Amino acid sequence: MSKNKIHEPLFHIVKRGSLPLWLSWVIRILSVVAALVVCGVVTIVLTGENPIKIYSTMIDGAIGSERRIWSLLQNVAILLCISLAVTPAFKMKFWNIGAEGQVLMGGLATAACMIYFGESLHPVILFPVMIIASILASAIWAIVPAFFKAHWNTNETLFTLMMNYIAMQLVSYFVFLHSNPVGSGKIGIINSATEAGWLPKLGGHTYLFNIIIVAVLTIGMYIYLKYNKHGYEISVVGESENTAKYIGINVKKVILRTMFLSGAICGIAGLLLVAGTDHSIAKETVDSRGFTAIMVSWLAKFNPIYMILTSLLIVFLEKGAGQISTDFGLNDSFAEILTGIIIFFIIGSEFFVNYTIKFRQKDKEVSK
Amino acid sequence: MKKLTRILAIILSLALVFGLAACGNQSEKPDNEESNLPVASDLKVGFIYLHDENSTYDNNFIKAAKAACEALGVEYVAKVNIPESAECKEAALDLVDSGCDIIFADSFGHEPYIIEAAKECPEVQFCHATGTNAHIVDLPNFHNAFASIYEGRYLAGVAAGLKLNEMIEAGKITAEEAKMGYVGAWTYAEVVSGYTSFYLGAKSVCPSVTMEVQFTGSWYDEMAEKEAAELLINNKCVLISQHADSWGAPTACETAGVPNVSYNGSTVSACPQTFIISSRINWEPYFKYMIESVKNGTEIVDDWCGGIDEGSVELSEINTQAAAAGTAEKIEEVKKGLADGTIKVFDSNTFTVNGEAVTSYLVEDTEVIKDGQFSESDIRSAPYFDLKIDGIKLLNEAY
Repeated sequence: MSKNKIHEPLFHIVKRGSLPLWLSWVIRILSVVAALVVCGVVTIVLTGENPIKIYSTMIDGAIGSERRIWSLLQNVAILLCISLAVTPAFKMKFWNIGAEGQVLMGGLATAACMIYFGESLHPVILFPVMIIASILASAIWAIVPAFFKAHWNTNETLFTLMMNYIAMQLVSYFVFLHSNPVGSGKIGIINSATEAGWLPKLGGHTYLFNIIIVAVLTIGMYIYLKYNKHGYEISVVGESENTAKYIGINVKKVILRTMFLSGAICGIAGLLLVAGTDHSIAKETVDSRGFTAIMVSWLAKFNPIYMILTSLLIVFLEKGAGQISTDFGLNDSFAEILTGIIIFFIIGSEFFVNYTIKFRQKDKEVSK
Repeated sequence: MKKLTRILAIILSLALVFGLAACGNQSEKPDNEESNLPVASDLKVGFIYLHDENSTYDNNFIKAAKAACEALGVEYVAKVNIPESAECKEAALDLVDSGCDIIFADSFGHEPYIIEAAKECPEVQFCHATGTNAHIVDLPNFHNAFASIYEGRYLAGVAAGLKLNEMIEAGKITAEEAKMGYVGAWTYAEVVSGYTSFYLGAKSVCPSVTMEVQFTGSWYDEMAEKEAAELLINNKCVLISQHADSWGAPTACETAGVPNVSYNGSTVSACPQTFIISSRINWEPYFKYMIESVKNGTEIVDDWCGGIDEGSVELSEINTQAAAAGTAEKIEEVKKGLADGTIKVFDSNTFTVNGEAVTSYLVEDTEVIKDGQFSESDIRSAPYFDLKIDGIKLLNEAY
């Protein structure tokens, strides 16, 4: 009898069928609540501070004043812009982790135009030149790995990653050439006296222009992916290259076209960062947003409208984290622990939306 | 429609989370209560740091800022990990919003963004360490500060020279083999002034000394600093010093058993056998000056440069395990000489450029060779000595 007994594990992980929408959202909300509870416990154990106070400080840091709201929106805009850029490539299952370098190249081209043509070109010509230069520089950075992938099936993950380092070294080199004072490794603010090549302040708001541009891009990308034939081709190539070939899609063309688009949007992000935000360039200008954008895009399941929320969530947590270290004198790392916990739970909730856990049933033998 | 309900659900869930936290907020006291420093005055000082206390450079500022605020009973508030970008301006303006009367930023690259903030907020005083523009932009509320750290490095150089003499006397090296190595971050005046004063200090007691400098192109790159120190040691440099902010060079020296003159504070804990001495800038005197000026309603000078007398330039303890005998006495003697003017760090009789004495040199159209010396930190607080003097070989000027 016992010989025949098959050992059954304590629990099974089973893929769910389609879950009612309300239930999937109950799971998501519960995960956020659970994350906040865990954060609270961690806070009390590690710091002895009141967790509610920590949360309220987080909110205060992100949206506590008009300036903070503008700063939040500006950061959301930049992160969202880069997330929009990586999305079509990811949807096509082209693992572009080179957004960091692509944005940096766009920024470098923008800075170069501001330095070399800032004084000589009229703004009516200067701005189009800056836009074209930044889009082209980033697009080239994206097209090169795409070309190799399309023709020789090289590994795009490694290729785009390596391109990041080349971009950083190029920026380092040019920053050194133009550093002020010479040998300091800092370029300072470009055209600070004339403000030539600076994106305009709309209604006195430094970042409004950036925010509007990204809002337009977001809607554009949503329409492109959902209603345009290109968007459909991207999905098909992403699902199965062979199917795409079978139904007559030119896969190489789709890869190149999509990566050009991806790069071009990175170029705009670089333009907004250099001409619309920092008015300077450094190796650190993109500040790892090229990688964070991947998370934003995945969390939103490549839907540009959801990405507004996921990028808001990430920036909100970042800003809040900074405020915690300011108000409580706690190290930044503590706030990052909290951010990590919250993001972990949110990603984890997707697991429970898609899978369920079935425990071993004791009465199984009897029922047999 | 389905999409719309989903979006609505996200918004509602976020609202729920925020709402929960906001409810808690109402019953709590204001955040300022959390500040662990006593508040005896209504002055509030905001500090902006490039990194946090894990960086030796920033930690040097953080400790001094807290001490100064505590001593003067003013409120201390800080923002850490602020990059040298528009974020810096945002951080400064946010500190203004939160009621700061003085704002201080600690990194060279913060300067242009602090100037922009200063233009927008004329009622707040902005102070910046290591910057070079206060005397040029001519804003009444923007100020630079530094210290005559070249004096500290000169004294540390004396300790290095004595160590070389000890090695020569013990027969370990010949006088010609007295070659030092120096790990520098970048090639601009702040670093050049530092390594030259260090070299001249050593030369004042060990006339045959030469030096090689290797640059890393970063203010904080532990691996690059370590590798630079190892390269210099391989080049037969018998003593190493550095001007970069990690522990890379000192620990490489400890591993190789090569004496080290450190910077930004003592590194003896990791280098018990090789650490000789370290110089550093103590920012507390400046912070006190800055706060008291605002308290008393007096003007803060455009360029403030503290010296040994003000307590701005400090030397660490001497590690007798590694230092030559008589180092403490000699340093005291030289310190007196610097104070009474009988010893000048950049005495133009003590160095040559391309074999010739320097009799004239212009910085910002001003003659800086005066009274037989290169007058450092006179036009502005930040150093501007950038002559390449004989006896020092630069291995890599790519930065």
